[in-house]
Amino acid sequence: MKITLYFLLGLLYLLHNDLFLWNDECLIHGIPSGLAYHLAYCVAATLLMTALTYFAWPEGLEVDSDKDPAV
Amino acid sequence: MILAVIIIYFVVVLFIGSISVRLFRNTGEDYFVATRTIGPFVLFMSLFGTHMTAFTILGASGEAYHTGIGVFALMASSSALVVPSIFFFVGPRIWSFGKRYGYLTQIQFFRDRWDSSALGLILFVVLLAFLLPYLLIGVMGGGTTLNQITGGLIPEWLGGLIVCGVVLIYVTTGGMRGTAWVNTFQTLVFMIFGALAFYIIVKNMGGLTQAMNQLALQHPELLVREGKIQPLEMLSYTLIPLSAGMFPHLFIHWLTSSKAENFKFTIRLYPISIAFVWFPSVMLGVLGTLNFPGLKGAAANSVLIRMIEMHAPGALAGLLAAGVVSSVMNSLDSQVLAIGSMFTQDILEHYGWISKKNERQHVLLGRIFVAAFVALSYLLSLVTNRSIFRLGIWCFTGFASLFPLIIAALFWKRSNKYGAFASIFSVIAMWLFFFLKSGSDQNYTLGGTGIMPVVLMIAVSSLVLIVVSLLTPAVSEDRIKKFFPQTRKFSAASPVEA
Repeated sequence: MKITLYFLLGLLYLLHNDLFLWNDECLIHGIPSGLAYHLAYCVAATLLMTALTYFAWPEGLEVDSDKDPAV
Repeated sequence: MILAVIIIYFVVVLFIGSISVRLFRNTGEDYFVATRTIGPFVLFMSLFGTHMTAFTILGASGEAYHTGIGVFALMASSSALVVPSIFFFVGPRIWSFGKRYGYLTQIQFFRDRWDSSALGLILFVVLLAFLLPYLLIGVMGGGTTLNQITGGLIPEWLGGLIVCGVVLIYVTTGGMRGTAWVNTFQTLVFMIFGALAFYIIVKNMGGLTQAMNQLALQHPELLVREGKIQPLEMLSYTLIPLSAGMFPHLFIHWLTSSKAENFKFTIRLYPISIAFVWFPSVMLGVLGTLNFPGLKGAAANSVLIRMIEMHAPGALAGLLAAGVVSSVMNSLDSQVLAIGSMFTQDILEHYGWISKKNERQHVLLGRIFVAAFVALSYLLSLVTNRSIFRLGIWCFTGFASLFPLIIAALFWKRSNKYGAFASIFSVIAMWLFFFLKSGSDQNYTLGGTGIMPVVLMIAVSSLVLIVVSLLTPAVSEDRIKKFFPQTRKFSAASPVEA
């Protein structure tokens, strides 16, 4: 699962380059298509980040800190 | 009326800062990182509020005025992916080391990781130098906002002075806890009133569709990126948000968390929150060309305030302006606190000029240095005329170019102080070179290709770090064990409940 999520992270990074909308003046409910795409992109990033925190959260952080209190 | 609302807002901010003093434990750790007691909600609000600056609210709308809707893709959506990714991969790990070894600043971490006192000193100088333009953004943004919203009643120099004064008061009295609380309040204010401003202004312009149709007729070039932004420029910009990994003021907030799991809340909400704040800012920037055509250069930074002034009456304009001012102060406060923390911990205490046990002295000297640094920033803001957006980009470029350091420190055992030194010096040299070279050209890219200097700077600083580390002796085995203990399984695939 973790590898899949990291792959999706890389894929989402590539999808940031929406060259196909570079010169598109179309408005979607008043929002330019290039802007609408990147709003949707933010939603996708939210979903991916949520998945990362559920399925790929690093292990051992709290335990180590509890074992070794601040010095 | 507007002025009265602004004054009341400042009083509320100072009140919130003052009530946090009741919980003050009179120790350096409490003053600088709130004794690591901050929960998930306040952590998110303070991180987000600190990250969203005048650059976002004023600079983005000003840049959108000139460049169009592409500004959102340049900075907002790339940040929506990159910044929470940094919080995911870096933030909780730094917090864990911070709690384990008692770090109060990022310099303490790097110095300890690579066992070099000199490295800490050079980092202190470099971080301060890069932070200065960022402070200027806040001071200039505050001055512009108060000047515009009061119809010139408060001159820009006085507006900047007021913002600096208010921030200094609640930071020096309330420390990190006061700052985090005020950040939470201010983040709510600028998110709520930012959305409200957008709604009211667009409604006054006949609705979003009508306003944008009108814009499409008058300025169709603002609805696309063709001719305004080059594809390689947008690709380059995705590296700028890496700066968040090296911001001292975000780093210090990471250390305040009560537990690693608190970061989850921030990571999940960050992307959509960025969209929530940037969308109105960019849209009002482009729509501002309809109401205020012909603004030149940095004058466009005031377009948002002009729109509010034009479309929102009396007290509401004051509230909306308060939202803008709050975004300005939200970053300024954490930045000055980070500076105070670095100065007392990394210079005065580290070099034995003050005793580790004299907590009151730590706090007092930190406050003095903070005041001096803010005064310097304020004076510089009076003579700086670069646009807020461009000024921010140079600051972010510097921090982003240092990002390989934090990755190497956390994930590469073989990295050492020699590699870190070489990397930092390469960043200094290239930053100075490109900054001077671009002086008269605010849209400077490498050879006019659209590739921003940050790309080359990160590539070179990474390469130099790797090569020099491999050519020089590794850090001691004890140091490796300290930062890469066998029990620490960062890469585990399964979810963990702490």
